[in-house]
Amino acid sequence: MKKMSRRHVLRGMLNGGAISIGLPLLNCFLNENGTALASGAPIPVRYGTWGWGLGMTANVFVPKKYGFDYDLPEEIASWAAVRDHINLFTNSVAFPDDAPNPCHYTGWVIGRTGVAPMDGKSIPGETIDVTIANQIGRTTRFKSLTATANADVRTTYSYENTTTPNSPEWSPLQFYKRLFGPEFPDPNAEGFTPNPKVMVDKSVLSAVMDQTKSLMRSAGAEDRHRLDQYFTGLRQLENQFALRLQKPEPIVACRPGAAPTVDVPMNKTAESVALRHRMMTELLVMALACDQTRVFNMAYSSAASAIIKPGYEKPHHTTTHEEPVDEALGYQPNASWFTRRAMESWAEFVGAFAAIKEGDGTMLDNVLIHATTDHGYARMHTMDNMPVFTAGRAGGKVKTGLHIDLKGGPGTRVGYTALRLMGVDSPSFGTKSNRTSDEISEILV
Amino acid sequence: MHSFIKTSARRTMISLLAVTILTGCTDSGEPEPVGSPPRMRLITTDQYINSLKFVFGPSVNTQGEFSPAERSDGLLANGAASAGVNGTQLEQFQRSAASVAAQVVDEEHRSYLIPCKPAAEDAPDNVCASEFLSQTGRLLFRRALSDVEIERYVASAGAGANSLNDFYAGLDVALKGMLISPDLLFIVESTEPDPNNPGQQRLDAYSLASRLSYFLWNGSPDDRLLDAAESGELQTKKGRALAIDRMLTSPRLVDGVRAFFDDMFAFDDFNTLSKDPLIYPAFTSVTAEAAREQTLRTVIDHLIVHEKDYRDLYTTRSTFVSPELAVLYEMPVPSGWTPYTFPPDSLRTGLLTQISFLTLHAHPGRSSPTLRGGALREVLLCQHVPAPPPGTDFSALSNPDAHYPTQRERVRAHLEEPSCAGCHKITDPMGLALENFDGEGRYRQRENGVLIDATGNLDGVEFENVVGLGQALRNNSALPRCLTERLYSYGTGGAGGAERNRLLEYFNERFATAGYQLPDLLRTIALSNSFAKVIDDWSPAPVEQEPSGDGRQADAELQGVAVTQNTEREAQ
Repeated sequence: MKKMSRRHVLRGMLNGGAISIGLPLLNCFLNENGTALASGAPIPVRYGTWGWGLGMTANVFVPKKYGFDYDLPEEIASWAAVRDHINLFTNSVAFPDDAPNPCHYTGWVIGRTGVAPMDGKSIPGETIDVTIANQIGRTTRFKSLTATANADVRTTYSYENTTTPNSPEWSPLQFYKRLFGPEFPDPNAEGFTPNPKVMVDKSVLSAVMDQTKSLMRSAGAEDRHRLDQYFTGLRQLENQFALRLQKPEPIVACRPGAAPTVDVPMNKTAESVALRHRMMTELLVMALACDQTRVFNMAYSSAASAIIKPGYEKPHHTTTHEEPVDEALGYQPNASWFTRRAMESWAEFVGAFAAIKEGDGTMLDNVLIHATTDHGYARMHTMDNMPVFTAGRAGGKVKTGLHIDLKGGPGTRVGYTALRLMGVDSPSFGTKSNRTSDEISEILV
Repeated sequence: MHSFIKTSARRTMISLLAVTILTGCTDSGEPEPVGSPPRMRLITTDQYINSLKFVFGPSVNTQGEFSPAERSDGLLANGAASAGVNGTQLEQFQRSAASVAAQVVDEEHRSYLIPCKPAAEDAPDNVCASEFLSQTGRLLFRRALSDVEIERYVASAGAGANSLNDFYAGLDVALKGMLISPDLLFIVESTEPDPNNPGQQRLDAYSLASRLSYFLWNGSPDDRLLDAAESGELQTKKGRALAIDRMLTSPRLVDGVRAFFDDMFAFDDFNTLSKDPLIYPAFTSVTAEAAREQTLRTVIDHLIVHEKDYRDLYTTRSTFVSPELAVLYEMPVPSGWTPYTFPPDSLRTGLLTQISFLTLHAHPGRSSPTLRGGALREVLLCQHVPAPPPGTDFSALSNPDAHYPTQRERVRAHLEEPSCAGCHKITDPMGLALENFDGEGRYRQRENGVLIDATGNLDGVEFENVVGLGQALRNNSALPRCLTERLYSYGTGGAGGAERNRLLEYFNERFATAGYQLPDLLRTIALSNSFAKVIDDWSPAPVEQEPSGDGRQADAELQGVAVTQNTEREAQ
C-alpha cells in the first residue's frame, strides 16, 4: 500500500473542501502497535467479507500470469503494496441453474449463500459470514460487525436469514460511539469496578426472556422462528452486559483514539465513499484489535453501485451499460475508473490489517477476508469470469500472493474453503451447480 | 379533516346507494370477505417514536433509527410482517429504551408521568410500581397486562430499587425491560372464533384496535380505543364505526396518512438520495428533505384538510414551498413553508412535477425518462416493469459516434433494439413528457441547445407535454385502483392474490362513488368485514404448555428452532 499519513489522506479528500475531521481518529495506521493478547491467550482467527458492485473488465483486470508474483493490470495496479497478501481467483462462475436470474442480485447472493435466489428480493438463507459467526463469534461483545462505505443503510451482503439483513453501520461517527462509547469495556483501563446499574439491567432481561418464551408458545412456525431470533438477540445483549461486569484481559494493540467530530458528507461521490471506507476500516480494525468481534463485513458499494464521479453525469451502474467501449483503450474508461477506485479501497482495507502488529506478525496473519461482487462483466450482466479474492493467512493456514484460475468452476469453492478454515464442519457449500466440496488446495498450507 | 363530520351524512347515503347497486354481496354491499392472516409486524422507527411520544408526551425526547424492513409488494409495511430482529437491532432498541426510561423517571418528568409517589424514595414500593407499570404497560403493549406479567415487571423494579437503593432507578430498569419487550417491538395479532360466522376466526378486539390504530395513526391505540376493545364495543358494527369516525377526526390521522404516502411513494429513498455536486450544486440533503416534505404537505392539505379528489393530486397547481426549494423552482424565496399556487401557464401541475418525483427518479447527473416512466407505472399505477434481461447487449446504446442532443434520441435506441423495446415502450413514452425538468427538477426548455419535445402517451392517451400527462394519469383507471390496493395491503399487513380482486373492486367502486375522497376510502376499508376477518384456512397454532423443570431444557429447545444453514439445505 502506498505509504500515506492520515492527515495527508484527509487533507487530500473532498477537493480541499470545508470538511474537517477530528484527528487523531485512531492510531492504527501510523504508530507501532504492541503485540496482542498480553495474557498469553492464543490470538483469535477472524473472518471478514468485503463486497463491491459491478465486477471488472477482464482485459485490464485479470493478470496474465498465474501462481505467485502475478502481474497487476491497470484496474488492480493499486494492489502493488499488498499483492502478496492477496489471493486472486479468476474465471469463476455463479450458476443460476433453473432459477430466474435477476441482474445484479443472483451473482452476489450465490457468492454469499451458495444458492441461486428464486427472485430478486428474497435471500435463500443465512449468508456465509453468519454461518461462520455462529461458529467463532459467540464469545465476543459483538457476534459480528457490518459496515458500508456508501452511506446507505440498505447496502449489506450479510443476512441472518431470508428476511433479516444485518443492516450496516453507515456513519463513522455513530459506529465509533457504538464501539468505543461509554459502554466500551476498555481492556486497558486502569482499575475496574463493576457497575451495579449494569447488573440490574442484565437482570431485567430475564423477565423479557420469560415474556418472549410465553409469546413463542402460541406463535405459528414462522413467527416462532422470528421470536427465536429475537431471543438469540436477547442472549447477545445479556452477553454484552455480562462482559461489562468482568474485567477484560489487557490487549496492548487495543488503542482506540478520539472520536471523529464530523461525519463524511452524506453523498455518494467516490471521494466521500473512499473517505468513509477509510474511517470505517480503521474502526473495524480497531474493533478486532480490541477483540470486540471476530467476524466483520464491509461493503464498499452496493450491487448495481450508484457511486458518482463528480462532473460525469452517470453513476457507476448506468455507466457500465451506456458508456461506449473506447476502441483504442479496449474498455469503457469511466466504468473502469469506478472499478479502480473500488480496488484502491480494497488495497487500503488489506493494508490496514497489515499495519497492526499481532504476535510476531500482523493482524493479517490471523484474518481471512473474502471479497465478492455481483457480476463478471457488468456491461453484459455476465456471471462467468467472475473474480473472487481473499486476503490474510487465517492463522497460518493459508498461503497468499497467488493468482488462481478456477477454470469456469463455481466461485463457491472459495466460500467452502473459508468455511473449512474457520472450523465449520460442513461436507459442502451451496446447491445444484454451485454445490462444492472442493477446497482450493493450492492456497492451503 | 374538519369537514369530515359534516360530510358523514352524505357518505351514509352513498353507502346505502352502493348497497343497492351491488349484488351477490353481504348486506353491507361488501363481497364475501376474504380476510388476511393474523400478522406479527415488527414496529417501524416512526411507529415506535409515535407510540412513545403518545404515551409519554412530547417533552420526552424519543430518538431512534432502527434498521428498515425490506420493501415487499411496493410497501415497507408489508416487509415488516416478515422482518426479524437480530442482535444489532436489539442493541438499537436497547439504546433508545435506556434514553427514554431515564427521562421518564427523572425529576423533571416523574411528577406527572408517574401517577403515584413511593412511600420512600430509597426503597421498593410494589403498590406504586404496580400502578405505573400496569398503566404504562397497557399503552405500550396495546393490551392489559396479565397479573403474572405485572408481577414480573414489579419484581424487576423491586430488585432494581433494592440494588440501587432508589425506587425510581428500579422503575427505570423495569421500564427499560418493557421498552425492549417483544410485546412492544412486535405488533402481534391474535384471533378468536367469530360468533357471527361459526367456524371462522376474526381478530380479537385488542388486535383489531392495534390494526386500526397503526393503519390510521401509525401509532399505538389510545386509552379510549383500548376501552372500546375491552368493553367489547369495538367488535360491534356500531362501536367499530364510532371508533373509526373518532380516529378519522383525530389530529393523529395526519401522522397516519403521512406515513402511508411516505411508504407508498418510497420516500425512504430520500435518506440516501445524492446528486452530483458539480452538475447540481444547488441540490443537497437539505433540499432532498424539503422536497419530501413539500409533497407530504401537499398530500395532507389536499386529501385531509380539503378532502379533495385523490386523482386531482396529479393535476393540482396548489402546493407549499420553502426557501430550500425556491432556488430550484426559480421563484422568490419565502420566509418559511408557504402555500403557493403555480400560475396557469406553468408546466408545474401535480405531484409528477414536484421536485420529489423528478429527483428521486433521475440519475445523479441527469434526468431519466426510463426511471420516471418506470416509477409512474410501479409506484402510482401498481404495475410491474420487468428488469432488463441478463446478458443484454447494450451496444445499441453504446454507439461512440452518436452524440444525442436530447434524451428522446438517446432512449430511442432502446426502442430500436427488440430485446429492449418491449419494456421501454412501457416506460419511456410517459417519462419523456417530464423532460422539461432536469435531474434536479429544474425547468428547462432546451437540452444541449435543442428544443425539448415533450410529447408522449400513456396507455393510448396522447399529449403534448407534462400537463397532458398529468391529466392522462389523473383519468387513468389504474390510479385510484392502485391506491386502494396499497391502502388495503398497508392496513392488513400484506399483499394478497387474486382472491382479493372482488374486494378491491368493491372498495374502488365505493371510492369512486364518494368522489375519490381519501377519508371515505379509509373508513370503508377500516369498517369492512375483511379488515378484521382471518382467512378461512388459518387456524391458531397449538399453544405449548409451560415447561416444567428449571427451564434450561426449554431454552435449549427454543434456541434450536428452525435453524437453517445453507450447508444443510442440500439434503432437503
